[in-house]
Amino acid sequence: MKQEIALLVVFLLVFLYDTFLGKGAQKGLPAFTAILMFVITLLGLCPHCCGVGGEQTAFAGMYATSPVIAAIKNILNVGVVIVLIQSIKWTNSENMSMRRGEFYELLLVTLFGMYLMISSRHFLLFFIGLESASLPLAAMVALDKNRYESHEAAVKYILTAVFSSAIFMMGLSFVYGLTGSFYFQNIYFAVSSNMSILLVLAIAFVIAGIGFKLSLVPFHLWTADVYQGAPTSVTSYLSVISKGATAFAFLVVMTQVFGAVYSRVWEWMLYALIILTITVGNLFAIRQRNMKRFLAFSSISQAGYIMLGVIAFNAMGLAALMYYVLVYIFSNLAAFGVIGAIENATGKVSMDDYRGLSKTNPKLSFCMMLAMFSLAGIPPFAGFFSKFFIFTGAINQGSVAIYVLVLIALINTIISLYYYLLVVKAMYISEDEPVVATFKSAASERLGLWITVAGIICLGIASCVYTYLLDTTAVSAMQAYFIG
Amino acid sequence: MAITIPILILAIPLFMFFFLGLFGMKMSHKLAGTLGTLGMGSVLVLSYFTAFQYFFSGLDIFVNEAGDRLQYLVFDQTWLQFTEKLVIKLGFLLDPISAMMLVVITTISFMVHLYSMGYMRDHHGVFEHGFQRFYAFLSLFSFSMLGLVVAPNIFQMYIFWELVGASSYLLIGFYYKKPSAVSASKKAFIVTRFADLGFLIGILTLSWYTGTFNFTELTSVPVEGLAGVTQVNIGTAESIRNIFATSAAPTFMGASVLTWALVLIFMGGMGKSAMMPLHIWLPDAMEGPTPVSALIHAATMVVAGVYLVARLFPLYLMEDSAMIIITVVGALTAFYAAMVACVQVDIKRVLAFSTISQIAFMMVSLGVARPEYHEGLGYMASMFHLFTHAMFKALLFLGAGALIHAIGSNDYTAMHGLRKSMPITHITFLIGCLAIAGIIPFSGFFSKDEILSSCGQYDILVYLWMSLVAGLTAFYMFRLYYLIFWWKEHVTPEGHHAPHDQPWTMTLPLVILAAISCVAGFIPFGNLVTWNGEPYDFMAHFDWSVASISLLVAICGIALATVMYRKENELPAKMRRALPALWTWCYHRFYWDELYQFITHKIIFGLISKPLAWFDRHIIDGTMDSFATLTNKASEAIKPLQSGQIQMYVFYYLIGALLLGGITILCLI
Repeated sequence: MKQEIALLVVFLLVFLYDTFLGKGAQKGLPAFTAILMFVITLLGLCPHCCGVGGEQTAFAGMYATSPVIAAIKNILNVGVVIVLIQSIKWTNSENMSMRRGEFYELLLVTLFGMYLMISSRHFLLFFIGLESASLPLAAMVALDKNRYESHEAAVKYILTAVFSSAIFMMGLSFVYGLTGSFYFQNIYFAVSSNMSILLVLAIAFVIAGIGFKLSLVPFHLWTADVYQGAPTSVTSYLSVISKGATAFAFLVVMTQVFGAVYSRVWEWMLYALIILTITVGNLFAIRQRNMKRFLAFSSISQAGYIMLGVIAFNAMGLAALMYYVLVYIFSNLAAFGVIGAIENATGKVSMDDYRGLSKTNPKLSFCMMLAMFSLAGIPPFAGFFSKFFIFTGAINQGSVAIYVLVLIALINTIISLYYYLLVVKAMYISEDEPVVATFKSAASERLGLWITVAGIICLGIASCVYTYLLDTTAVSAMQAYFIG
Repeated sequence: MAITIPILILAIPLFMFFFLGLFGMKMSHKLAGTLGTLGMGSVLVLSYFTAFQYFFSGLDIFVNEAGDRLQYLVFDQTWLQFTEKLVIKLGFLLDPISAMMLVVITTISFMVHLYSMGYMRDHHGVFEHGFQRFYAFLSLFSFSMLGLVVAPNIFQMYIFWELVGASSYLLIGFYYKKPSAVSASKKAFIVTRFADLGFLIGILTLSWYTGTFNFTELTSVPVEGLAGVTQVNIGTAESIRNIFATSAAPTFMGASVLTWALVLIFMGGMGKSAMMPLHIWLPDAMEGPTPVSALIHAATMVVAGVYLVARLFPLYLMEDSAMIIITVVGALTAFYAAMVACVQVDIKRVLAFSTISQIAFMMVSLGVARPEYHEGLGYMASMFHLFTHAMFKALLFLGAGALIHAIGSNDYTAMHGLRKSMPITHITFLIGCLAIAGIIPFSGFFSKDEILSSCGQYDILVYLWMSLVAGLTAFYMFRLYYLIFWWKEHVTPEGHHAPHDQPWTMTLPLVILAAISCVAGFIPFGNLVTWNGEPYDFMAHFDWSVASISLLVAICGIALATVMYRKENELPAKMRRALPALWTWCYHRFYWDELYQFITHKIIFGLISKPLAWFDRHIIDGTMDSFATLTNKASEAIKPLQSGQIQMYVFYYLIGALLLGGITILCLI
């Protein structure tokens, strides 16, 4: 509960700051929020706050926390801090002066929703979390009031979100009808003794409902339009934090609610979805010229890789998923940081505008190159290790089908290498006249990029991060579900 | 023993490499060189301190009550853990040979660092282009070589083995604008890499059967009550042999698997130590700057092969056939290289072939060493010769460098009669020649005498053969000496400066190394370095008859050289005309290079590579291309999905969810 309370305190402080401090002080709000988030991230990291040993529950077992859950929240916090740092320049722009506070308040509310999603052990609480992590995002997507695309994106987002919530709710109602309970624990035992066709449909609907937020194919179609239309800071938040949190919540639901029917029902559903997601995401990414759209499809296919950690259905898969999300946060935010910096300075977002960038802005190009290498999984950058561990986790599951799945994922990494390198090629090899002139990015943007670059370089080589996650998951209460 | 000093010994050169490599261009040449030299100087001090502690402090972790020297694992850090058993560690093992090597490497490296401050300039004292890079590479090499000798497991040794190979490549090709230097560096890299293939297979075979990479687990037993302390024990090697003998497949193609593993590991050593037929890279490696030749291709890296065999010596003792291979390869190489050295014109090539020949001496000495002969005298003699040879050969190379620097040519025909104009170089070079020829009391006499003595114990044929080579050694070295410093009066070509001694940075190392070469023979090596750490009094094994015969042979060689080359005369030309075939074959190094050219170009490239290239271009690339085309087509085909219309999105969403459930239900029913 400590992390939720800390987050609420931050939210209230930001709210009070926004409401009561005068116009002159408003410009300090972004830095204020970033610092507060940084502080609670540090608090979360200190071992005393994570709690020790097994699960602790609250609200009659609706809410639970454990070291693993604390760790995933910490990972999200780290990502949020970077997003906040990167967004300072944008929120302090002329355009945003009236809506600065809203961005931060909405962001913190969605983060709170994600916390609830991760920690809930009851479907009602889970649903509240899911909704409060979804609906405010629509408002955030629409923050760029003067741009038509921003509105369009928001409309598309909210319509799809509502639709997916309806589907999800329908799935839930089936589950309730079958088992008579919303508690994960109760459903788990009821399901394991009582298989029915309705249950299969319910699981399909639950996967579809959560798959919307993860943008799994075919529930992904909103992604590209929304990512492109939304302000870059919101896009990076959507693609990284929202996705990472949902991936973990998805894993919790699939193991702790439907774990008993893993091999009979949802292993194959997820199997198909992973292949579709990775492949279709890649195939679309190949032909994108807009950088944000390009990263949208790249993040779709990355979601497919993350799902390998769920289908692995073992402790190593869980650790690999958390590690993957962490590395993905750093890699993707490095890419979005560069895109945001260039957009803020020149307004350019097309890949064609990146031609010859290394000549005019060598440092930004370097960050972008590292991000691309890490996303593509080239050693020795962190992305290589995260892919390696998530593949290893999946293979440890042991069935031949999973070997085939990993093979398909590996072939897809080659395809993804092609389009990631297209960006590098445009920046470094293209002989054309540079489009973007030399500029100096804001200090906040540079700070964000330094952090992400450090993460990309160090997270893989310093094996202690992964070892820590592996050790934490090895003793977690989740273990019991994998064995049983 | 404190852990900081060993870590510093490795960390300082590595740091200097990164520091000079990254920031060298931003500082002046002089500062970069000075920093590199100071860094190496501090490593020198630390290494001397460590070696002194090891040999003379008498701590119970270094020496037991009986006076046997022990192995002490200073630290051993897990680096990569793949599985429970497959662990790769990085550590620091202190034992007689690694302590000795610390001294050798840091001494020579420091001398070379200092010497290069003077050498890497042109005649006007202007520093050469890439001077900072040169020092960065020297630091990288020193780091790699130190890491190699202190490796407590064979895998770490392999890693650093490749690192020294890489830094050797970088330094041979230092003058990267010179085509001959580039091709020499490539040749060195490829030939040694080829040998390392055998090394790697050997390592994998050995560790597959034994389940360990650690040297101490292969050759030693732990000492009770002291963590990290082990003692060499033949029993461990015997139990390793039993592991092989009782395994599922104890033999392979007629030889035992242990023999195979050991011979393959020795193959790696043959590559690095330039044993025939893998010697062809070393003469070409002389394209590198002369200080590099002194450091890498005379004193340190090229003896890595000898060091490797010495490291695994108890295991080699288990397989007589492997030992015989080592002896035969060494004996043939020693003779071959000595013959070739007799007719070369380029002074660095003479020294290169002499190096090959002398390393072969060390190999033979290991090959003939047995515990039953003089308590394994051959092992001690080999390490002793390694030590003395490093000093006097580095001296000769640095002397040659001074000559080349003064004359501007590698050719002795451009030198002649330099004894008066370059007195310091002359005297030190003479000391080097006397040492390598084996004249009492210079260091080479003692070590070579012990090698011959252990050969004599092993087999009279080997003894006679190696004595002949020792005579040849004296002959070719003094031929070189007379042709450089005597023969006829020096004539300075027009427009050149008269040759003179070089600045102190270059002469000081010569003087120091010459002094070491004078006295190193009196070091009681038998007390310090023996195969099982058990000290013995060398004088008890000293054989006056062997000593006087080898002295006699050396004097004969020198006398012949004096007759032929002291003053300009017709004798050498007459000799050449009398034995034309022998001269041509020696001059062309027995056509080894041509043989390799034939094998690689005609057979490998023509018959194997060409069909493979075709297969690669058409089949593999073709598959990949069609894969790419297919991907593009698929991408084009599914484009309409992303229509931008929200109605369609929701429709597909619903279809997807229903299909997901529907198909699963159908499968379950």
